[in-house]
Amino acid sequence: MKPFDLSQLSRAHEVRFSSDEPADEKLPWPQFTVADLNFFYGSHQALRGIDLIVPNKRVMAFIGPSGCGKTTLLRTFNRMNETIPGTRVEGSIRLGDKDLFSFPATRLRRVVGMVFQKPSPFPKSIFDNVAYGLRLDPSIRRNEIADKVEQSLRRAALWDEVKDKLHQSANGISGGQQQRLCIARALAVEPEVLLLDEPCSALDPISTAKIEDLLFEIKNLCTIVIVTHNMLQAARVADYVGFFLNGELVELNRAKQIFQNPEMQQTQDYITGRFG
Amino acid sequence: MANTVLATPEVPFESRGLDKKQTWWERLRKGDEVVHLITLAGGWSILVITGLLVQHLWVYSRLSRHAFGWHFLVDSTWDPVNGVFGAWPFVYGTVVTSLLALAISIPIGLGAAIFLAELAPRKLSNALTFLIELLAAVPSVIYGLIGIFLLIPVLFNVVPYFQKYFGWLPIFNGTFYGVSYFSASIVLSIMVVPFIISISREVLISVPVSQREAMMALGATKWDVTWRAVVPYARQGIMGSIFLSLARALGETMAVTMVIGNVAQVSTSLMAPGYTIAAVIANEFTEATGDLYLHALIELGLVLFVVTMIFNALARLLMLTMKGHEVVG
Amino acid sequence: MSASYPPLSRKIINVAMLALTGLCTLLVLAVLLTILGYLLWKGASSLNIAFFTKIPAPVGQSGGGVENAIVGTLKLLALASAIGVPIGLLGGIYLSEFAGGWSAFTIRYTTDLLNGVPSVVMGIFVYTLVVLPMHHFSTMAGGIALGIMMIPIALRSTEDFLRAVPRSLREGGLALGASKSETIFTIVIPAAIYGIITGIMLDIARVAGETAPLLFTAFGNLYDSPGWMQPTASLPVVIYNYAISPYDVWHQQAWAAGFVLLSGLLVISVVSRMVLARGKKLSHG
Ligand SMILES: Nc1ncnc2c1ncn2[C@@H]1O[C@H](COP(=O)(O)OP(=O)(O)OP(=O)(O)O)[C@@H](O)[C@H]1O
Ligand SMILES: [Mg+2]
Repeated sequence: MKPFDLSQLSRAHEVRFSSDEPADEKLPWPQFTVADLNFFYGSHQALRGIDLIVPNKRVMAFIGPSGCGKTTLLRTFNRMNETIPGTRVEGSIRLGDKDLFSFPATRLRRVVGMVFQKPSPFPKSIFDNVAYGLRLDPSIRRNEIADKVEQSLRRAALWDEVKDKLHQSANGISGGQQQRLCIARALAVEPEVLLLDEPCSALDPISTAKIEDLLFEIKNLCTIVIVTHNMLQAARVADYVGFFLNGELVELNRAKQIFQNPEMQQTQDYITGRFG
Repeated sequence: MANTVLATPEVPFESRGLDKKQTWWERLRKGDEVVHLITLAGGWSILVITGLLVQHLWVYSRLSRHAFGWHFLVDSTWDPVNGVFGAWPFVYGTVVTSLLALAISIPIGLGAAIFLAELAPRKLSNALTFLIELLAAVPSVIYGLIGIFLLIPVLFNVVPYFQKYFGWLPIFNGTFYGVSYFSASIVLSIMVVPFIISISREVLISVPVSQREAMMALGATKWDVTWRAVVPYARQGIMGSIFLSLARALGETMAVTMVIGNVAQVSTSLMAPGYTIAAVIANEFTEATGDLYLHALIELGLVLFVVTMIFNALARLLMLTMKGHEVVG
Repeated sequence: MSASYPPLSRKIINVAMLALTGLCTLLVLAVLLTILGYLLWKGASSLNIAFFTKIPAPVGQSGGGVENAIVGTLKLLALASAIGVPIGLLGGIYLSEFAGGWSAFTIRYTTDLLNGVPSVVMGIFVYTLVVLPMHHFSTMAGGIALGIMMIPIALRSTEDFLRAVPRSLREGGLALGASKSETIFTIVIPAAIYGIITGIMLDIARVAGETAPLLFTAFGNLYDSPGWMQPTASLPVVIYNYAISPYDVWHQQAWAAGFVLLSGLLVISVVSRMVLARGKKLSHG
């Protein structure tokens, strides 16, 4: 496979992963390569000319003021936006070296999992929630399911809390546990990428800390793209951070750099709380 | 820019069988078209049934329509033996009983709705509304039963007093036989009042607080606020409930058949027996000898259908526009 | 604003009108209680074992029961559900999950109109549709009439309960790689199932008391009605026929039948509300 050269991208100057990376470090290969992406809700353009690379097995965070298109971009990665009538995508997204839109969407979404802002467990038992994705795949044998459920719940650091009530309704556990359940549910099908849309915005600080911890744990299992409003969170969990404004990607940089020494004035303003 | 080149993956990207060819089984299982088509058939069957309904009513009333034209509605001779069919007594009876029923149930229903929406504590109001909605679940044949054996005996005791004082009015004079327009109207009013109450209560409850506050701030009494601010604001919904009730009253069959007397005549007195469209269909349909007779009865059904549809449609329209109102308000 | 505002006369009107609205409510409740109480009293006192186990006695004789009508009503309801429930469910799914724009509007509006068609007109329709071609009345025709009458409510209540399922649950399913139809059948419908069942039970309760459409479809029968192709007795029609008859014995039986019918309906309606409450409890922990 040909290595990706960032300079091939039309606005490569905004995409600098490696300004302080040692020259010989083995760099991650691109999980997603986004080129000149435009997105429309009807006539309203929500994303404008996005160029971006999401590196494999790293955590990338998207920050930016409300309505700047973070969620929209996240939802194009697993093509969830296709389920909203009247939407349109222009430009290209590649998953690895293949066109994202060339796959059946239902298959793609098993490789690119997603956790939503509001914990949304199915009104089923805890076990059935995690097993849901597994049962969709007829090639997974029934007797493997219990093991995989346990494994996923352990990865989501939820096993000890729920192992005695696996067959109780998932609506009966706390909001933080529900969100970790949703993460476990997404991890169960062993995705390559996990998209998280403000997963902690509805949670208390303790639950938030638990989720951040588990992100560190699963980071070597899959690529993580997380949207957050909380800059401290972005600083804690992310390797790379993208800053969005009005549907445009203003700056993409190493987390350390973006918070200590951003290149763009707008980023500086946002980080220091001067707007948004 | 140093080092802007990303490395080749250590593990070549396989996209986990993402681009494997789809088997027909997977295509079928994942395909939404089949489900879409099957449920579409379910949805469209409504249109098919309604279409068939209209077509059948039209076709099977043709003999009568051709023979009598529009006169059918205004001629008062209903003579199956000689094959002369005029529906005026039934049309008259239907209109009179329905309007009288509304005249009784609108004030009472609206009063109760105001009480339940504005005065009663919400819990009590919900419990009472549940009880009142039970009235709507009682089958009409049971209302007929109650009408024959409870209402009519009571009326026999009450009506003579009534006639003593008001008997000079043409609408109250004449001998009272129990079965009458009046009895039918009372039964009908009991049957439709739950509709008026439950729909009106709902629209009254949904009137925004701002509507009340303005007047309350001026020191108006509770009644003033309710009558001058809340009710006018909710009038569309209330009208909707009234049209819905009217449509129901017009088409109501069993209860009316059992207490109206089933006499094809036109009387000014509400105390006299009469007939309605629905009642004559129920009574004579299985006995109709000859095609013209049957077609005349089906034409009555067609008339009933058209009229109730008009009022139903009006009611829906009113309630639809009211919903828009809510969104704006 | 002076302390005496509003003036005394307004205050009196206020109290009088408010009291009047209370009276209206009382009046309606009193009527309701009278109806239920009277039916209970008359009905319960006319009930006996024979009522449930025997077919009607010959005209004028005492004894006998309405076993045939009870069985007939159950058969009619079974057939009606077999027709009305699947169509209603499918249509409801279509409206809530697939239809959009004018097709959704047309179907919804037509459904509401069909729901408003007087039951006697529905009877005429099924008479011309089924009875005329078959040349005789039958359980089949009666079941079809009631089944058609069930569709609108089954459809609209299914649609409403499906719509109430939050979009987040559907997206949760889609995000795990389920197709739209898999999501509908494994998440949306299970999430709404208690509501859907409640709606259907109330729907059955509603058509169980319908009389007019049965008069010229199922007709009536003094005996048991074997199979589906013969006329059958049913509780509502029996109540009607007996109530307008001149015999006291039959009047008694009409009351008993009314009592049984209404109790059945009220039991269904209470049980279905309990089903809904249980569903709420289950899904909220
Ligand atoms: N379903 C939709 N239909 C139409 N417009 C939409 C829809 N969803 C989002 N938008 C619009 O697209 C723009 C971007 O929305 P998006 O949800 O991606 O923002 P966001 O960055 O995630 O904001 P937040 O931080 O509030 O979640 C907004 O202007 C929003 O109003
Ligand atoms: Mg968002």
